[in-house]
Amino acid sequence: MTTLTDPQPESFRLSMLINDTRYRAYTFQFIALLAIIFCISLLGRNLVTNLEQRGLTLSFDFLGNPAGYDINQRPLEYSNNDSHLRASLIGIINTLIVAALGCVTATIFGVFAGVLRLSNNWLVAKLMAVYVEAFRNVPVLIWILIIFFIMIAATPPPSAFRGDDPSASMLFDAIAITNRGVYIPWVQFSNGFESIPIIPPVFDDPTRFSFFGLFNINVTVWLVLFALGGGIYAAIQAGKYIKANNVEVFALLPAFVRLLVYAIIAFTPFVIVYSLFLNVNGSQPATSLRFSLSLNLIVILLVLLLGLYVSRLIRDWADKTQEQTGERPTVWYWRLGVVFVPLILIFYLLGAYLDYPALRGFNFAGGLTIRGSLIALWFALAIYTGAFIAENVRAGIQAISKGQTEAAASLGLRPGRIMNLVILPQALRVIIPPLISQYLNLTKNSSLAIAVGYMDVTGTLGGITQNQTGRAIESVLLLMIFYLTISLSISLFMNIYNNSVKLKER
Amino acid sequence: MSDTHAQSVAFVRNTEIPPSLPPDTEGGVIKWVRENLFPNVLSGILTIVALYFIIRLSIFVVPWIWNGVWGADSLTNCREVLGGKTGACFSVITDRWHQLLFGAAYPRDLFFLSTMTGVPVADLVTPGGVRENTNFFQEFFFGYWRPVLAFVLLFVAIAPVLFSELPRKMLITTAIYPFAAFWLVWGGSLWVPVTILASLAIAYFAYSFVVNRSFFLGALSFLAVLILLLFDPIAMLINAAEFGRNSLAFLGWQRAENALPWVTVMEQNYPWLMNIFPLNAHVVEGLSTISSVSLASVPSRELGGFMLNMILGTVCVSLSLPLGILLALGRQSNLPLIKWVCVIFIEFIRGVPLITLLFVANVVLAYFLPPESNPDLIIRVMIMITLFASAYIAEVVRGGLAALPRGQYEAADSLGLEYAQAMRLIILPQALKISIPGIVNVAVGLFKDTTLVSIISMFDLVGLIRGPILASTDWNGVYWELFGFAALLFFVICYAISQYSQWLERKLQTGHR
Repeated sequence: MTTLTDPQPESFRLSMLINDTRYRAYTFQFIALLAIIFCISLLGRNLVTNLEQRGLTLSFDFLGNPAGYDINQRPLEYSNNDSHLRASLIGIINTLIVAALGCVTATIFGVFAGVLRLSNNWLVAKLMAVYVEAFRNVPVLIWILIIFFIMIAATPPPSAFRGDDPSASMLFDAIAITNRGVYIPWVQFSNGFESIPIIPPVFDDPTRFSFFGLFNINVTVWLVLFALGGGIYAAIQAGKYIKANNVEVFALLPAFVRLLVYAIIAFTPFVIVYSLFLNVNGSQPATSLRFSLSLNLIVILLVLLLGLYVSRLIRDWADKTQEQTGERPTVWYWRLGVVFVPLILIFYLLGAYLDYPALRGFNFAGGLTIRGSLIALWFALAIYTGAFIAENVRAGIQAISKGQTEAAASLGLRPGRIMNLVILPQALRVIIPPLISQYLNLTKNSSLAIAVGYMDVTGTLGGITQNQTGRAIESVLLLMIFYLTISLSISLFMNIYNNSVKLKER
Repeated sequence: MSDTHAQSVAFVRNTEIPPSLPPDTEGGVIKWVRENLFPNVLSGILTIVALYFIIRLSIFVVPWIWNGVWGADSLTNCREVLGGKTGACFSVITDRWHQLLFGAAYPRDLFFLSTMTGVPVADLVTPGGVRENTNFFQEFFFGYWRPVLAFVLLFVAIAPVLFSELPRKMLITTAIYPFAAFWLVWGGSLWVPVTILASLAIAYFAYSFVVNRSFFLGALSFLAVLILLLFDPIAMLINAAEFGRNSLAFLGWQRAENALPWVTVMEQNYPWLMNIFPLNAHVVEGLSTISSVSLASVPSRELGGFMLNMILGTVCVSLSLPLGILLALGRQSNLPLIKWVCVIFIEFIRGVPLITLLFVANVVLAYFLPPESNPDLIIRVMIMITLFASAYIAEVVRGGLAALPRGQYEAADSLGLEYAQAMRLIILPQALKISIPGIVNVAVGLFKDTTLVSIISMFDLVGLIRGPILASTDWNGVYWELFGFAALLFFVICYAISQYSQWLERKLQTGHR
């Protein structure tokens, strides 16, 4: 006579906060929230007390003050009268330069070493194993310092190139390796365009906004920052919406148009807000963010891109012809021609010539100077990271099972085609994610520039600016934000890539 | 018919010929060289290039090492001895080994050294660092017996962790080691580490008593007992009240400008109450009056050299392991708040270079700590490096957690295990096993990264080389020998660890492949 009855709907009891899994999550999170608030306010209280004791407030005004120090390797024009902000900007560009150089070189070293380590040549394989183990197991700082001391102690001074019987001579009569840096020839244009100076405004509007007395920043700067952040957020949200709703029109657009749409969404608010203030303060001489736009470079890039695009069209045409007739027209010389002939022509029209370094006075002049510190940092980072990339490449190639090669061979593909069409596309899927995280590591390790005096952003903003102004919190905060931005954009790129090459499974 | 046959064949062999050796080109060294060095044209060219490279390098390096000078007292002296030949000046290492290994200021135990060698203490204290009356071994084993012993004991302590064949009882040494090493390196009264160890043991006892009921309660009682024994709970309570009142004042509720802090009020009125805790301090005092066992105390700023790298490496790796596991669990948690806090922390730390975190330790962290506290630079650096490493370890452990088949989680649920039990007994043992190689990689990377402290002017191995040694008039210009020595020390340790990791990976390979 047992009858099943529905359990009485339970009324909420306090003990359910602990015992019932439905409510326990809330209890725990509430406790966690309290703990977090407690910790943050504890840190905040300490910060306020400490700042009060030292008579400081947090403010970014120091960025506008004259920096008063020199930067030896500067991609933009800079003098020690310029502001700390400009010094930091130079530092940021220097960081990006060494990171880009390092990534390219490290990839070359890594791919070579990784492939050669798998070769059946015993000596070469062992040599590469020694390279990988030696560089992976010794701190990169030690390698940077070793190469730096080679550059300054084992190379001749410029004076050694002087005289009738100099003790040192230039490489191919073009490259001078001295203890003050390496001098290489560089392209100059005899009848090129003038560069256009671009002068953004200074934000000196007196209305200020402070956040609990901690940060004291112009309202203008806040607005511009908010516009930038809001635009990027909107672009991300738009991407999510388009992905979630499968907007078909959008999917039909070519990739670069899609990218352009996102870019427009992301940067329009920023540009609008920025140009508003541009009108207000446009008459003022602005200093920190000025740069000059090289028209020569833009023309060359345009011609190059156009050539590449036409070359791609030719390839598509060849593919189409092959599919229709079964015979592939020979187009490689056309494809090379449309890229290089206009390029050479534009160089000729601009009057390009090589400016060779020559000994003048106590030092070399002309050409391009690369300081020993940059070379040390660049090569040490490249060789060190190359050792890690070599391991990734090796793992990627070994991850492809032998059956793939055999299957491709049984289809009658030639070895070169097997590599290009079967092995590499699969190996790249394994290699690229760790490769990008190695690029990220290299970029972060480039902050070791401070050890050899290369003025990257750590050396300027985190080093001299921070020491001179005593603005430790602000400098380190800005430094961290810079590196975070780079890291997060690289990981964003990596996620997009991973999604695009992911095996399309059910 | 047979005749015909016999005549047509001039000779018939009726014995077997002995098998001849393969031709010279198909055996022995030549075959090996042909197959491994010159299988085809491209490979042959590579071999020749590699050989050229090796020969060029050895033409330079071999005489450099062979002619090396070991006994000179300065670079000029070295060059005199060499007399124009190429040769290394290893004398810098024999002259400055104590700085390279233990830091410029780490004190020798002169009393012990004098007792063991029979040289009077007065003769050991020689000006200018010249040590004529003792030799290297006496200095190393008797003068610096404390760090050397701590280093040797390190192997005893980590052996049971690294090799599961060793008896489990040896883990006791692992538990005791941090306290022993602390006492050996920093010195001071023996009773400080002993009472802390005892407090931990009591707290662990409380934990094991309650843990059968609930892991959560166990952890709670562990913390409670620890706070009761080590810290000053009443002062903490008063501080918290003070903090609450200050926060209210901060928001504008009330502001008593000239009011004394409550802690001060309590101290003035109820000194007896303030003196009950911490128990630890009283126990140390009491024990010290009974018998004072102490080593000469060494301030943190006198630690340096390779010892500093070792200390930072071991301390930060071992502290970051539990923190990293907690962060990984937090990131996998389905409580959104906890998950997002962990995600933000991990991504933030992984997004910035270690050097910026060291800047934080050097110049920023002091702003966020209580005004009256002034921890050593080494403690602040340890905090930041530990946070740094824990984010990376969290990612490795998260990989391990994600690699476990879903069935393991479901099986744990179906057995009715609660979260802590499921994690402790089923998930983590498997996930950690998968993540060991990754953890070892992080440990090696972290150990290498400890050299970065030289940039915030701490005198670790690299800092000492760049600072005091290369700046001294005696050794200005001896780059190769010093950096080679540093590279060698790091290489030996990192290579050993990575070899261990590979060995372990092979051993733990339980799958059938």
